Amino acid sequence: MKTMTEPNDTVKKFTSLFEEHKEEIFASEPGYLSDMRQESIRNFERLGFPKKKDENYKYVHLEPFFNGSLESRFAPRNLEFDVQEIFRCDIPTLDTYVLLLLNGFYYSTSGEKLVRQDNGIIFGSLREAIAQEPDLVEKYLGKYADSVNDPFVALNTAVAQDGIFLYIPEKQELDKPIQIINLLLSDDNEMVQHRNLFITEKSSKAEVIICDHTLSEHLFLTNSVSEMAVMENASLDVVRMQNEHNQSVQITNSWIEQQKNSNARHSTITLHGGRVRNNLNVKLKGENAYCDANGLFLIDKQQHVDNYTIIEHQKPNCVSNQHYKGVLDDAATGAFAGKIHVFREAQKTEAYQTNNNVLLTRDAKMRTKPQLEIYADDVKCSHGATVGQIDENALFYLQTRGIPREEARLMLMYAFADDVISGIREEALKKRVADLVSRRLRGELARCDNCAVNCYD
Amino acid sequence: MLHIKNLRVSVEGKEILKGIDLDVNPGEVHAIMGPNGSGKSTLASALAGNETFEITEGEVTYMGKDLLDLSPEDRAREGVFLGFQYPVEIPGVSMVNFLRTAINEHKKYREEEPLSAGEFLKLMREKKSLVEIDSDLTSRSVNEGFSGGEKKKNEIFQMALLNPRLSILDETDSGLDIDALRIVANGVNKLKTKDNATVVITHYQRLLDYIIPDYVHVLYKGRIVKSGDRSLAVQLEEKGYDWLKQETGTEA
Repeated sequence: MKTMTEPNDTVKKFTSLFEEHKEEIFASEPGYLSDMRQESIRNFERLGFPKKKDENYKYVHLEPFFNGSLESRFAPRNLEFDVQEIFRCDIPTLDTYVLLLLNGFYYSTSGEKLVRQDNGIIFGSLREAIAQEPDLVEKYLGKYADSVNDPFVALNTAVAQDGIFLYIPEKQELDKPIQIINLLLSDDNEMVQHRNLFITEKSSKAEVIICDHTLSEHLFLTNSVSEMAVMENASLDVVRMQNEHNQSVQITNSWIEQQKNSNARHSTITLHGGRVRNNLNVKLKGENAYCDANGLFLIDKQQHVDNYTIIEHQKPNCVSNQHYKGVLDDAATGAFAGKIHVFREAQKTEAYQTNNNVLLTRDAKMRTKPQLEIYADDVKCSHGATVGQIDENALFYLQTRGIPREEARLMLMYAFADDVISGIREEALKKRVADLVSRRLRGELARCDNCAVNCYD
Repeated sequence: MLHIKNLRVSVEGKEILKGIDLDVNPGEVHAIMGPNGSGKSTLASALAGNETFEITEGEVTYMGKDLLDLSPEDRAREGVFLGFQYPVEIPGVSMVNFLRTAINEHKKYREEEPLSAGEFLKLMREKKSLVEIDSDLTSRSVNEGFSGGEKKKNEIFQMALLNPRLSILDETDSGLDIDALRIVANGVNKLKTKDNATVVITHYQRLLDYIIPDYVHVLYKGRIVKSGDRSLAVQLEEKGYDWLKQETGTEA
């Protein structure tokens, strides 16, 4: 027996948007992609948005945000903005290859949309890569993110037009990190759905920094998908810095697939945001793969950050470490749900998870839920979650050394955040993140006005 | 320097100190002894400004100021130092960052220029030798994973760096082996000047073989029941606290 629920109005809004703009969406793209889109929109229609009773979306109800009046665009617009402006912001002073996405579309300052290095490394616009490197992209695009069972991935797959493509061939290594700056800037409320695809082939190595910024005070809804393949012996580091204003809603969907002896490290640092939902899905598909998944958020006012992770240990002898931390002030709310799934075959798995949170007020709320599904019998797995306050004894100790209470509080909050920061391998980035976190804790980050942070209270 | 008059302190509604009178002058070393639970640590914590301890009566003047009116950090910056019985471990806060912040907060309070990195390192090196503290310890988080002896040495090291006028050392000898005890006591003695004062709180007479007190006070059930010179400590060691209980007519 097959039951089909009638798609609701919000779902219909997007399915009809898809139908209306089909021509624009499919324009000059290869057939496989259009087929994938058709299938995905049908999946989305079938799945609908997660309901309140959906265990995985219990603490953040996202559908209402999709209901608002939002512009969806399927081609880049010519927006007036000064690229130099964003370089006033702090993170771009790192020595990196800077790639800009403006409202989800690749923005080139030089006109070049796809960079090819002599060693075969390719990076730049995904839209451009689809056109210029059809076979390469077809081999990987849509192969890692699940658009059959995940409505947000399905919706993104159906309409995403651009994003960042990164390809590292066998045995090659990036000489400096790729830095993707996602800029949101508009003259109306806008929905942005971009798609990233990072491929690190056998024994290759790459570091990627993603910075999310809002530049205007409009309501932005982002639903982005990043697919990441880490092949045998390859190593991929991704650090995401989220710094969007209080009116923004951001859903990130990160899908990592790891082969034998590969190493992946994924860190999500949420400095600011209105509502943030980060989905991280890691599949360890080869033996001896290693994965670190870290997260840190610092939120206040009415902000909400929801981190959701699934680590699948499919093969034996893999190691995963999850370490998520949160500092919640005012009436901020947060949630963490972390699932470790150890397949029957995956003996000698080591999977660890910790989630520690500090509530600075009585109104702040944190919900945390570890979830272990273990089908192998020879494994080491652990999980631990804490929700607590700043240690009064430590505060007093610092005060008795002449350190003012407020300063002592900051030192302790910073110390709490520190082990996630020290997990960042790239030294310059680690220092930069440390500085940003400390300024965020001091409430000084609001002065970085081109980030439009704190423009709404 | 320090004048305590009829100090009464309660913790969660239970009165621990029942009227303490004590005067400490520059250049003096006072020892406060007493059996467990007599209120020694409560006195130390209350003087340092721990809010868990509620002052219900009495006054404390320090250098002519109402000490009880000052925040813990201001007490520290006015020159009061508390050596903790149980120094707190603070993971993630490096010793260097902690010490430098503390010293520069003292400087700021006195409207002096903060120490440069070089000056600070020089000061650290200088004071490190005083307490024979392992260089490695200063590169770690505050007290994290330190042994009992290292924690106590670290307290004296901080005392040396902050150069207080009045040091209150709460059971600094507890948990120390004889070598560490000697080092800690040596540190305290070397820091002694005619202008500063030390209040040593201890359960055992042992420490007082190394730090020679000018006065010894016995605290029992929240009151100072006997004061004397160094010989009082020796007497206590010989006869035990039971002797005192009979002597002062309080029930055992």
